[in-house]
Amino acid sequence: MVGILEDKDRIFTNLYGLHDWGLEGAKNRGCWNATKDILGLGPAWIIDQMKASGLRGRGGAGFGTGLKWSFMPKEVKEGRPHYLVVNADESEPGTCKDREIMRHDPHLLIEGCLIASYAMQAHACYIYIRGEYVREREILEEAIVQAYKARLVGKNNVHGWDFDIYVHHGAGAYICGEETALLESLEGKKGQPRLKPPFPAGAGLYGCPTTVNNVESIAVVGTILRRGADWFSSFGRPNNTGTKLFCVSGHVNLPCNVEEAMSIPFRQLIEDHCGGIRGGWGNLKAVIPGGSSVPMIPAEQCENLPMDFDALRDLKSGLGTAAVIVMDKSTDLVRAIARISYFYKHESCGQCTPCREGTGWMWRVMERMAAGEADPKEIDTLLDVTTQVEGHTICALGDAAAWPIQGLFRHFRHEVEERIASYRANRPHVQGATLQAAE
Amino acid sequence: MSVRRLAKDQPATFEFSKDTLKKAQWWISKYPQARKQSAVIPILWLVQKQEGWVSEPAIRAIAAMLEMPVIRVLEVATFYTMFQLEPVGTVAHVQLCGTTPCMLRGANDLKAVLKEKIGPVMHRTADGRFSWEEVECLGACCNAPMAAINDYYYEDLTPETLAQILADFAAGKSPKPGSYEGRKASEPAGKIQTLTDPTLYDGSAAKPITLPNQPAKEPA
Repeated sequence: MVGILEDKDRIFTNLYGLHDWGLEGAKNRGCWNATKDILGLGPAWIIDQMKASGLRGRGGAGFGTGLKWSFMPKEVKEGRPHYLVVNADESEPGTCKDREIMRHDPHLLIEGCLIASYAMQAHACYIYIRGEYVREREILEEAIVQAYKARLVGKNNVHGWDFDIYVHHGAGAYICGEETALLESLEGKKGQPRLKPPFPAGAGLYGCPTTVNNVESIAVVGTILRRGADWFSSFGRPNNTGTKLFCVSGHVNLPCNVEEAMSIPFRQLIEDHCGGIRGGWGNLKAVIPGGSSVPMIPAEQCENLPMDFDALRDLKSGLGTAAVIVMDKSTDLVRAIARISYFYKHESCGQCTPCREGTGWMWRVMERMAAGEADPKEIDTLLDVTTQVEGHTICALGDAAAWPIQGLFRHFRHEVEERIASYRANRPHVQGATLQAAE
Repeated sequence: MSVRRLAKDQPATFEFSKDTLKKAQWWISKYPQARKQSAVIPILWLVQKQEGWVSEPAIRAIAAMLEMPVIRVLEVATFYTMFQLEPVGTVAHVQLCGTTPCMLRGANDLKAVLKEKIGPVMHRTADGRFSWEEVECLGACCNAPMAAINDYYYEDLTPETLAQILADFAAGKSPKPGSYEGRKASEPAGKIQTLTDPTLYDGSAAKPITLPNQPAKEPA
């Protein structure tokens, strides 16, 4: 057997799109089975089961999904309808799991939307999909039409809970993956995050109580309730339970998406599913374990590393979206991180000064360091600036821009220093010469 | 932050086509009546599909349609990077993903191909048929390196396959989107080891079930 998880315990049974994504195929694989019975047990039961399953949000932050749902007001007030908004604005570099759910298992998502909306007394749900996912949106729209036709959703549907589901799309802004920026964007504005509080559960979409969940968090709901919270929580270590889609990209022999048990050791994940590191295990240099926002970890820490929230937090990194970017010894790490810095410079929404100015500044310095054209003193200046951006912005994009740089210098400071030294070695007059200002 | 401005040369007028209007109404119907503004991004997108890019008169027309101030539409059009504020290639506009996961798998080699075949970034070829730009992560990292050409994704590219795709577009063909390494989606190439259990697909999962963990029935 490869990996830890057995086929019978996989939730996304059409992950690779080898079978019919349509309603018939989805039903055949167990989707929409006993959905009416689930709703029959009431919102409180659903939320309790979700809490018991230990499902932590799959969008990166890892906040308990059941707990999040329980923050919604219990009573619906006149003129303040509740909303469920599904975050399908998957743009974190390295992450490509929600795309597979939407184009290959869309009915799991639609069913999850119905159950989650019912648990939170919402009659309407918006799925915010990123603008670039045109094909995925077309399939999702088609799947929703199928569900309406079969009266699984809509007014007077067979489940007895009036429920409308709409697809909305963005237009290429990473920041709209932040929940309040997503709500702004859904209201037809620039995607600039809102201050919290008020939290969306109090005042979200159109000022009404709203919960924003990741696609994967919602798509697993139906299966968890069908098979039981204890089934789901039997995988992984305590507090890090369940199954998870891992997206492995970069320098592995067979880059792929795969559903595995949480806490699978990194080495097993890579060697069983991804054909190993390019050039063998010994050729591994560093890993970004959870999408570009989390700090990298060096190869020596990867040997027995369980891939879960807590183990990676202990290494001062994070599981994020479980987007594993593998880098072998041929990688120019400084250049790789400089490219990530450019990404954040490009995607900063411009609202908070430390991020708007800081991301550009950090990128320019990183570019010079990648070339070696810097002063060794500037390393500490750069690190100092990262700490001034981190935690001083409305949303977490400032943090996300700072962490990759901090991770690089935590483990590979010597590489940058060597590069600066070798750049200077051939140029006797660098010392004291005016370096290009950091602007 | 990306700084974006409207093009210098603007057309005098803009008209919604019948098809665009119909689709715009469909989008508007998705939101509560007093919240028409929500449809602004999808409608800008429809306009871009119709014209190839978003012009200033179009922005005014959308503002009128959605009963919102022109500046709010302008803000949205300049904030979101998928809106082309100047004309792009009429046959193919290539959006090459250059972010780290694609870069690690050779996106820079693809960039060289685009520079050679099309020219500098965001400049149309002399005949106006081709243009390209580098974009940030398109979310298909397991199929890196990749590019979105017009609407769809072309994945697992090499300099050779990308050059072939461009040549096909130039010859008036429509190359098939998807993986150019023979993959169906994001499975491990040629070595699928999971999801092979036939009982997952024989309908046994669709049989009636009793839900676990039901609350205990109160004694009669």
